[in-house]
Amino acid sequence: MENKKVIDALTKAFPGKVTEVPDRLGDTIVRIEKDDLLIIMDFLKNRPCEFTMLLDLTCVDYLSSKGCFEMVYHLFSISSNKRIRIKSEVRKNELDIDSLSDLWKNANWLEREVFDMFGINFKGHPDMRRLFMYEGFEGYPLCKDYPLRKRQPKIPLRKITK
Amino acid sequence: MNRIQKEARKESLLINMGPSHPAMHGTIRIMLELDGEVVKNSEVEVGYLHRGFEKTCEHKTYFNLLPYTDRLNYVSPLINNLAYVMTMEKMLEIEAPERAQYIRVIMSEFSRISDHLTALAAMTMECGAFTVFLYYIQAREEIWNFIEQTTGARMTTSYIRIGGVRADLHPDFKGLMDKAIKVTRRVLKDVKGLLNKNKIWIDRTRDVAVANPEMAVNYGFTGPCLRASGVSYDVRKAHPYLVYDQLEFEVPLGDKGDNFDRYMVRMKEMEQSLKIIEQAVEKMPASSSRAGLMAKGIEPDEAIKASRTKKAEERVNLSPNLQGSEKDVRPDILVKGKKYTVPPKEDTYTNIEGLINHFKFFMSGHGIRPPKGDVYFSVEGGNGELGFYIVSDGTDKPYRLHLRAPCFHIVSALEEMIKGHYIADIIPTFGSTNMIGGELDR
Repeated sequence: MENKKVIDALTKAFPGKVTEVPDRLGDTIVRIEKDDLLIIMDFLKNRPCEFTMLLDLTCVDYLSSKGCFEMVYHLFSISSNKRIRIKSEVRKNELDIDSLSDLWKNANWLEREVFDMFGINFKGHPDMRRLFMYEGFEGYPLCKDYPLRKRQPKIPLRKITK
Repeated sequence: MNRIQKEARKESLLINMGPSHPAMHGTIRIMLELDGEVVKNSEVEVGYLHRGFEKTCEHKTYFNLLPYTDRLNYVSPLINNLAYVMTMEKMLEIEAPERAQYIRVIMSEFSRISDHLTALAAMTMECGAFTVFLYYIQAREEIWNFIEQTTGARMTTSYIRIGGVRADLHPDFKGLMDKAIKVTRRVLKDVKGLLNKNKIWIDRTRDVAVANPEMAVNYGFTGPCLRASGVSYDVRKAHPYLVYDQLEFEVPLGDKGDNFDRYMVRMKEMEQSLKIIEQAVEKMPASSSRAGLMAKGIEPDEAIKASRTKKAEERVNLSPNLQGSEKDVRPDILVKGKKYTVPPKEDTYTNIEGLINHFKFFMSGHGIRPPKGDVYFSVEGGNGELGFYIVSDGTDKPYRLHLRAPCFHIVSALEEMIKGHYIADIIPTFGSTNMIGGELDR
């Protein structure tokens, strides 16, 4: 029932912009357009929903089947003890999406990880660099077209700057 | 060029801490901009332990990737097993038998204690309390002895399996378990006496690296670090899994969110975990195996010989690393159905159906094939909410597997936490975040 409340509030605030995804396991899943991401996330973070915690942020590569990446956000509300999963598609021809780092501080690193692994750009991110991989790494390792055992070229020794 | 090199003022000193620094356990690099001994600004660089866990998992079957989860948080591997396995169970819509659930609770609580013991041992030792370190590690040793007795390994356990656990508890588990509980209690009491009112310890940890509740929630803190800030959120209470809703325990909270609170919350949590273990052992249903655990049977080669002429009925002695998973023990510890679990070894050795089931389970393209869809499930790990997000495309390999590592979020707040403090304060702060390279860098 609680699930319904959140989705009702969302569809009331953003008519036509939110699609509920039915889930056989009973999780609350919502699909939105990437242009509406910031306003919907801002709405969810504040009252009445109070999803104050960004639990997780990740990406799935569907390039071969649907021609897009799918961003997956997990939010958690401590006050109502609810989780919600928000999905948004990022098309192949424009690999960017708004950054959430103004709303949640841990989005900074999480988005850097997604940039590192999938090559998606986050508009408005303060420090868009690779997180785990080094400077000079070629390709995006978690994409499906990146082979498991691909070798990387040797990078030259870095110059010492004063 | 790093961010800090661009941002730093000309007159300040830039210095590297790590990646190979004795206090940066688990390779992490912190670049510091210093004014005298005060940290003006800093940049944390991670990834030195990145080994492509998620990419590797996409190329392994659901059954085969289990050992990789041991290597995530290597001080509490059993909870990592549990998180992955329970995510799979949610996806497959199966539930482990009751005895297996109690065993899982016991194992995950012992892992939690060993996680907290290790975290605090490192934190205290780096502040100079070497005695405390030795005490903590002694208690951890007893816990690992108990874990080793049942699972056969101290760290890389792979003990909790999809559908249950790999083997029943060792027949003599009570002895080592009681000893582990007794030693841990004694150590907690001793450490309390050594540290709780210790001037040096309090001076070094009180009001250092304060994370107020808003900041903790905004950074996605979970586990002891969040509770130290006074926010009551524990996955075991909020979304009860296994049999946690039938066990009584409290969720200890801190009030300030500084290093001392993070220490206190972990200390109190260990006491609660001991309480949970004692209740779980009391409530655990007895094994229904008629022969008793590890009863003597015939040797495997005799069984194979006998099975050539007629169906072998006797119990077969399994090799030591399979003991406890005998056919008559399995209903207590594993779900029914050949789809989700490795078929009993006795059948594999002695009859053709068992052999076929065995191959059907391990052959590529067969084995565990969950229905299409995605699932998120989390358990309370040593560091906080440990969650798996798995996308299945209907084959026997995950399409995408993502780990929500609790210490990732906590370490991302380190820059803010150490700002304005002394270099010496970085050490206990870093210790209190309990950064584990294996799960942070994946």
